[in-house]
Amino acid sequence: MKKKTLQRNFKVIANNKVKDNYFKLVLAAAGISSMARPGQFVMIETSSTAFAPLLRRPMSIHSAQKGRIEILYETVGEGSRILTQKRPGEHLNLIGPLGNGFEIADPGDRNSILVAGGMGVAPLLFLAEKLVEHKSKNARVRIRVFIGAKTAGHLLCEKEFKSLGCDVKIATDDGTKGFKGWVTELLEETLSGIATAMPRIYTCGPMSMLESIAGLASEYGMAAYGSFEAHMACGIGACMGCVIRTQDEKRKERNDFVYRRVCKEGPVFQLNQVIWGEE
Amino acid sequence: MKPNLSISIGKLKLKNPVLVASGTFGYGEEFEDFINLKELGAIVTKTITLKPRQGNFPPRTCETPAGMLNSIGLENPGLDVFIKEKVPYLARIGVPLIVSIASEYDPGEFLSVSRRLDKIRAVCAIELNISCPNLKNKKLIAQDPAATYRLVSKVRRVTGKALITKLSPNVTCITDIASAAEKAGSDALSLINTLGGMSIDTRARKPKLASICGGLSGPSIRPVALKMVWEVYQKTELPIIGMGGIIDTPSALEFFIAGASAVAVGTANFVNPGIVPEIIRGLKEYCRGHKINSIKELTGSLRCQD
Repeated sequence: MKKKTLQRNFKVIANNKVKDNYFKLVLAAAGISSMARPGQFVMIETSSTAFAPLLRRPMSIHSAQKGRIEILYETVGEGSRILTQKRPGEHLNLIGPLGNGFEIADPGDRNSILVAGGMGVAPLLFLAEKLVEHKSKNARVRIRVFIGAKTAGHLLCEKEFKSLGCDVKIATDDGTKGFKGWVTELLEETLSGIATAMPRIYTCGPMSMLESIAGLASEYGMAAYGSFEAHMACGIGACMGCVIRTQDEKRKERNDFVYRRVCKEGPVFQLNQVIWGEE
Repeated sequence: MKPNLSISIGKLKLKNPVLVASGTFGYGEEFEDFINLKELGAIVTKTITLKPRQGNFPPRTCETPAGMLNSIGLENPGLDVFIKEKVPYLARIGVPLIVSIASEYDPGEFLSVSRRLDKIRAVCAIELNISCPNLKNKKLIAQDPAATYRLVSKVRRVTGKALITKLSPNVTCITDIASAAEKAGSDALSLINTLGGMSIDTRARKPKLASICGGLSGPSIRPVALKMVWEVYQKTELPIIGMGGIIDTPSALEFFIAGASAVAVGTANFVNPGIVPEIIRGLKEYCRGHKINSIKELTGSLRCQD
């Protein structure tokens, strides 16, 4: 039986600061690169000897091309800090690709909207790459990208999305770049102006942003898919730690819910399947 | 020289003494991409209850120094779905299948589940999880020798399968509980389950787990687990399946030397899903290097000064 997931050491090609606390790791990982779908992630071992930290870190695949994968990450704690010290030529143990990933509709689905909040750009750039592949077959495809960031200094990937030919709109909380306010406000402005068939929304970012987008999607009758983040111990579906509440199709009438694993049934969920509110 | 790694636990014969700890290995299929499941000494399933359980609110896990806390709350699909959807896969693997079972409020459920499992050929042994710390009912059977005796002896009467009792470290005297399980007819003991613990996000002054407290596992609990294995080894005749923070060959060896007949790897499966075959190879090499013919010679071989 063919393996869907690999566990192996992969060689670091580059690991450079993008800006401030943001870094980009490039690995020679042909096996993962060829199988990966946008929205999937890898579990990276940051410390192999002292068990500090003990657990792997889940990180979404930022790009997968030509036998390489890229990981965009922010230094938030000990694990990511250790990761910044890895130099080209060193190896990192990865498990991946993991999770379901975004389901890309046919080229028939010609319009897409991507909404990224903060680090949410990470999986969405990979998605844009794949959508553009469809675009080459169909010139009428249009990809709109909305990026929300705290400040202009926290803004990521604007150039990368533009160079793929996406229409990029920016919102910052403090107005240092683009629209001042929430990216979801900017999104709503655009949605209210679309007269033709409503595009599909793909999104990744903070929980509160995903919830607002779920609201907008239902208001405008759009399908929306979001990639979720959760504390994970294993990342492979064994520990049952990373669950979120979702609708139970079988028992809808009873207003019941089921827990689904972000690592296995996710990280991408259709937003109208998610039950929001208390954690 | 080819060291003999085979052991027996009651009627249960294992080709090697390295198991996976309940709750850390799902129902086996989650690991098929990472290891050859046939290499395992035995598979211990995630705990099954009579009825399905949704489990606790998330967040359910958090990392701690050299360890992690969990409060999953025994999420599982229930006995019927387990038998229908999980057992056929597990049976095909061809390694002994040990089913972990529990009940939150009604000890009678242990009996009905055991009766059902007793009829399933693929099930080789039943592990009684009387020590899960993550239930609303905070009074564990494994914290009371009399309750432990009552439950184990009742289950003993309804099944001829090998019976393993999993003990809690959250007790004043582990050997009292171990002796109670032994008298009641348990074939073996698993120790230890997780240690009660908690962790706080100081910025928000909130617990890191939604259930506030959870069970601590990983290398940080190993010294506690070892001490309990050592104490129980001296007090009872039962074979011990030692677990708690085993993450490599040396840490597995510690448990054998302290008195375990077998070991189970838990949290390390999350960190490195390929770890069990590595440890099995490591044990063989150690035996070869130390001229040990059978792993049984290692059990309780601690050399103490007089």
